[in-house]
Amino acid sequence: MAMRPSTLNSKLLRDIRERWAQLSTIGFVVAAGIAAFVSLQATFQSLEQSRDAYYDVYRFGDVFATLERAPDGVAERLEEIPGVTLVHPRLVAPVRIPLQIDGAAASRQPPIGQVVGLPPDGEPALNGVLLLEGRRVEAGRADEALLLEPFAERTGIAPGDTIPVVMEGRLREIRITGIAAAPEFVYPAPPGQAVVPDDERFAVLWMDRQAVAPAFQMEGAFNDVVLRLSPSAVERQVLAEVDRVLEPYGGRGAMGRDRQRSNYFLEMRLDQLQALSGFVPILFLGVAAFLLNLVLSRLVKLQRGEIAALKALGYRDREIGGYYLKLTLLVVVLGTFVGLGAGAWMGRGLTGFFTSFFRLPLLEYSVPFSVVGPAFLVAAVFGLLGAFATLRGILRLSPAEAMRPEPPERYRPTILERLGVGHLFGPPGRMILRELGRRPVRLLLSSLGIALALGIIVVGRFSADAWDVILDRHYQQAYLEDVSVTLTGPVDARGIREVAALPGVVRAEGVRVTSARIHAGLRWRDVPIYGYREGDQLRRLMDAEGAVLPTPSGGMVLTETLAEILEVGIGDSVQVQFREGRAQTRGVVVTGTVDEMFGLQGHMRILELNHHLGEGPAVNTLILTVDEGSMAPLQARLAQMPVVQEVTEKMAEVRRVDELTAEPQRFLVLILSFFGSVIAVGVVYNNARVALSVRSRDLASLRVLGFTRREISGILLGEQAVQVALAIPAGLVLGRVFTGLLMRTLDPEEYRLPLMVSLETYAFATTVVVAAALVSALLVRRRLDHLDLIGVLKTRE
Amino acid sequence: MSGSNPDTDTSQTSSEHGGKAVLEGRGLTRTYRMGEVDVHALRGVDFSLLEGEFLVLVGASGSGKSTLMNILGGLDRPTEGTVRFRDKDLSRANDRQLTEFRRLHVGFVFQFYNLMPSLTARENVALVTEIARDPLSPAEALDMVGLGHRLDHFPSQLSGGEQQRVAVARAIAKRPEILLCDEPTGALDYRSGVVVLEVIERVNAELGTSTAVITHNAPISEMANRVVLLHDGQVDEIRVNESRTPASDIRW
Ligand SMILES: Nc1ncnc2c1ncn2[C@@H]1O[C@H](COP(=O)(O)OP(=O)(O)OP(=O)(O)O)[C@@H](O)[C@H]1O
Ligand SMILES: [Mg+2]
Repeated sequence: MAMRPSTLNSKLLRDIRERWAQLSTIGFVVAAGIAAFVSLQATFQSLEQSRDAYYDVYRFGDVFATLERAPDGVAERLEEIPGVTLVHPRLVAPVRIPLQIDGAAASRQPPIGQVVGLPPDGEPALNGVLLLEGRRVEAGRADEALLLEPFAERTGIAPGDTIPVVMEGRLREIRITGIAAAPEFVYPAPPGQAVVPDDERFAVLWMDRQAVAPAFQMEGAFNDVVLRLSPSAVERQVLAEVDRVLEPYGGRGAMGRDRQRSNYFLEMRLDQLQALSGFVPILFLGVAAFLLNLVLSRLVKLQRGEIAALKALGYRDREIGGYYLKLTLLVVVLGTFVGLGAGAWMGRGLTGFFTSFFRLPLLEYSVPFSVVGPAFLVAAVFGLLGAFATLRGILRLSPAEAMRPEPPERYRPTILERLGVGHLFGPPGRMILRELGRRPVRLLLSSLGIALALGIIVVGRFSADAWDVILDRHYQQAYLEDVSVTLTGPVDARGIREVAALPGVVRAEGVRVTSARIHAGLRWRDVPIYGYREGDQLRRLMDAEGAVLPTPSGGMVLTETLAEILEVGIGDSVQVQFREGRAQTRGVVVTGTVDEMFGLQGHMRILELNHHLGEGPAVNTLILTVDEGSMAPLQARLAQMPVVQEVTEKMAEVRRVDELTAEPQRFLVLILSFFGSVIAVGVVYNNARVALSVRSRDLASLRVLGFTRREISGILLGEQAVQVALAIPAGLVLGRVFTGLLMRTLDPEEYRLPLMVSLETYAFATTVVVAAALVSALLVRRRLDHLDLIGVLKTRE
Repeated sequence: MSGSNPDTDTSQTSSEHGGKAVLEGRGLTRTYRMGEVDVHALRGVDFSLLEGEFLVLVGASGSGKSTLMNILGGLDRPTEGTVRFRDKDLSRANDRQLTEFRRLHVGFVFQFYNLMPSLTARENVALVTEIARDPLSPAEALDMVGLGHRLDHFPSQLSGGEQQRVAVARAIAKRPEILLCDEPTGALDYRSGVVVLEVIERVNAELGTSTAVITHNAPISEMANRVVLLHDGQVDEIRVNESRTPASDIRW
């Protein structure tokens, strides 16, 4: 029997009209899930493609190594390593740029300079340079340079400008001929272990290698090398070989792309994006499926008679089921369309946000067509999942059975009442409890949905919380200084006294920092080692819980994660291959471990470290506390001192990151709060609407008996309130779990932030969800004013 | 009183009851607007329910019985005319005041019981006693309807007649001045119907509740002090029964 499509279609329209608010709240949940999927995927894909293209065109290397100094001839030996197809030896050297930078205090940090040598034609074989503005440097000129873009942007330095650069203690005027970017500085992280990005104070200068080499005593020699591997090469073996070759030349350990700092950070973000793009949409679509199930099963119940009549008339199950399927798909497809639009827009913002950190020449941003298909498919699958139970119910219903009224619902006292606390609730309270008790699964899923909403909002504030913890632990409790000064080389106690005597300095202490490779058996890591003077107070060794540890008394204290990686414990001995001084390898006993938040480090007594390095008492980093008000003149004085490499003002650093992260954090909080609200509204509104539909007869009867609107609202919405109340603790736990999962995407060798969710975050998430629930409840409550009191008296249920 | 036929004026006192009207409607009309057409459910009805009387309202289907009762019970407002409960004007009452009126003064019994399926018999009654002044206890009320032994059963565990008796218990538990029953036996078989009528009869006699019962069953009118016959939205006839037949003797 062919169905007159117009008949069922007009029924479809009527059903939609009656339930548009419910269907659209579900559609929005679908849209939110798809928007998350599309925006994260689009961002991921456009960043990944841009990166691949950039790396490819500008010949980003596969292996990187730094060393003290090796004659150019050594490069040929590197070429002989099996698997190496190209070797690009070069010069990379730290320089000081005594530049007074104007601007907000937050950005007044002195620059960290680095010279990178260019071949005569200006086109390195590996790790190429993208000229953005101006012209290349002329071959043979020692006074011209290309400048890295973010720094140029921040300082306003343009081609044609001249800047002072101190190379090996000699001041020169360098003319900037062009502004450039490079795949090795996509994330311009200066060398060292900065906790927060230092991108905008990192001044990379590309200069003609041959012309500038004499300034560094590097004629005919190189101290940095980039290698290209064949696709079949085994990276681990090549790294070992490179290290073997460079060992006699002060090799500092070769690394693959995975440990190249810029690539490392980019990779980490891309991994996070990809993980989220799989995980987040599933949560939303799961909620949407549940809501579809909720609404459809109610609809079918209401339309039991109609379904029976259609069946009796000879409509096939397929045709009747198809009707509900159409309704489902309509919601899902419209939701997906909205989600695609919103996702495209959000993805553009997200991509923009990422490219403000990652200097990637972006291929055109677009929503890749490849995500559209999966978006519809995934949404449809979840839609069908939601409709499945309903459709099965329809197929099972025999026409004769459907004609009969449904058997009365069975109720029984709930567990609470059987436990004897029933008397605490009046009859209205018991109505609520029993209604909930009759559908424990729905109660559970609804609460879970709301909990999810809370969890998502908690995650939205995660980075703000994490930053607060870092700020507090690292900058307030562990680093008590105002300024740290990196020196160009070690100085003795006299050097410290000299700085201590500068006007404004209240207290001056010193730390010896050196980089070394720590071996234990076959395992090794390249890490910085810190030496502390006994009695010093400004730098404190602190674990992730915030406990302050005493200065190591002998041997070495390792970051706990480092000890785990090396598989050593207290009392074990490790081999430390120093790179400074006599560059010896020494056995050191592990005397403790510390669970630190960042990086991998070793900590020692300074004299012991000096001894291993074959030097007298010496420090190479100064830690100062400074009189209020004398910061600016002091910084100016420090910048003039030849021994000073780099000055970092702690609070300026903090403010800079605050400024840098405030905007994206606000955006994240806003988006995720909105998403969470969409879920909370979807769950509460639909539950309340279904409850109203199921119970309108009872509620109207109560009104007839003299119950006020407020009282019956209490009964209807009390049910929702219980769901929300159950969801709140669950949601806060879920938020913690999500935050934990998100932290897992961080590399444990770099970050081990304590899982800290602030009270404000919990309060904020709870407030948003409760507000969303209240709004939904009020929308439904308005319908209680239009209950048909007389109508319910005329009909049996 | 103007224009009303003295024969059909239900405000006439009956011999037994001192003539004091608890509920009084004057010139009641009720018009439903159905698109272009007006449906006149009531066309000028004068009606009184007297202190303590048992009144039966009969009439053909669609004659306006339920409409009238809903207006008297404060569920609906007349299009024209006035309703007074003692000295309060219900036709001018707002929603809140009508709710208050129902809550404190009226007991309702309907054809389809309208019990809360999720509450036991006792709790269905308690629902009302908790918001009333000086009510019977739920157990007392259920005792009165002969269900003192079924206190903790849910409606789904009771027969239709038993459910209707719970509804009666719920209606009378607050000791209302007025008991309004719209076809209380409509969904019941003869035997259960009689039991329910007996209960209503007892409540009327023992608590002195002014009672109005709508019915399709002509024999039931023999129970009444007065019988009001509605026809096409107007009062057709008012009969005063000289002698009442107890519910147990009624056959239909
Ligand atoms: N909500 C309404 N909308 C339109 N017309 C209505 C409405 N309620 C009642 N009517 C009309 O008013 C008239 C009286 O209805 P009412 O329900 O009072 O009759 P009744 O005497 O109780 O009949 P029954 O014995 O069948 O219950 C009928 O013609 C009915 O169609
Ligand atoms: Mg009726």
